[in-house]
Amino acid sequence: MPLPQPPIDNTPDPDTRNIGPLELFLAFSQLALSGFGGVLPWAHRTLVERKGWLTQREFVETLALGQLLPGPNIGNMAVMIGYRFSGYAGAAAAFGGLVAGPFLLMIAVGLLYRNYGALPLVQQALSGMSAVAAGLVLATGLKMTASLKRHWRSFLFAALALAGVGALRWPLLAVVGALAPFAIAAAWREQG
Amino acid sequence: MDRVDLPALALHFALLSLMAIGGVSSVLPDMQRYVVEANHWLSDRQFADAYALGQAAPGPNMMFVTLLGWQLAGWAGAVVATLATICPPILLTLGVTRLSAHNPDAPLGRAIRGGLGPIAIGLTLSSGWILARSADHDGRSTLLTLLTIALMLRTRLNPVWLIAAGAIAGITGIL
Repeated sequence: MPLPQPPIDNTPDPDTRNIGPLELFLAFSQLALSGFGGVLPWAHRTLVERKGWLTQREFVETLALGQLLPGPNIGNMAVMIGYRFSGYAGAAAAFGGLVAGPFLLMIAVGLLYRNYGALPLVQQALSGMSAVAAGLVLATGLKMTASLKRHWRSFLFAALALAGVGALRWPLLAVVGALAPFAIAAAWREQG
Repeated sequence: MDRVDLPALALHFALLSLMAIGGVSSVLPDMQRYVVEANHWLSDRQFADAYALGQAAPGPNMMFVTLLGWQLAGWAGAVVATLATICPPILLTLGVTRLSAHNPDAPLGRAIRGGLGPIAIGLTLSSGWILARSADHDGRSTLLTLLTIALMLRTRLNPVWLIAAGAIAGITGIL
């Protein structure tokens, strides 16, 4: 006796909504060039709030995976989101949109720097900007410590990386290569 | 300044990009070591300027490598430095996306994230330290760096305003 067939589901799968490469390229161009002082807030605003391409939860999960992988977090997100909506072409379009505008902008900045970078006024401005930029990076590192498990081992690995790369100026590849296996093994054992 | 070896630069940046957990700023110390200290292609000051300008312009923070490449070898340098830094992570991300995009909480993923997290923090603090060492040449600039840290930890100000304030502090001679 044949089993009754389940009803056919006609609601479109959210992963196959028709968002093409051009649309992805334009959206990521726009959010990249809006992103003074960091692109992530603009990505959230554009992708979740304005266009509704991703839910809040999908955004956070994509970000978490993007942070786990090496490379620019927002770049990894662009690849994942682009791929999901439009395959390889989508991934290329989203990432291309993210970097094409800023690339040309940086060249323009480089030209200005070459021509005017030696002017005393520009040198003074850059001195102030560099002192702030250093503070921004240090603050980012300190903020990240809030996500650490309150365990001496976490702080030990952070301190060893800081000592090796920051203080002793050893090559980063060697320091990370030496520390990472122990750090991952320790985290693996901790979760049992 | 010595002549820039672009293939060697591409290889070095490509390797570093695969270590850049938590963002490209975490491998900045080694970019600085390689470009400034080991090869003398740029001065410490030029490197710090490139980073500061990269932070001031809109776009992903990693785009400072474009400016770095531009300073090293013009258009060719900009293209090579940018592609070397972005391509390896993109390919890795695509591979992982295909394999396991919907399972970021797998045990191995959690262990890798948990283990690499503290190292990424140590690397990011190293970046800040190295930038501070080249930018903070007196008490006032050190104070500006400390003030920036305090404001970033206590408020939700957009960093670009702080960069602008730093530029103004420099121009007006407060520094």
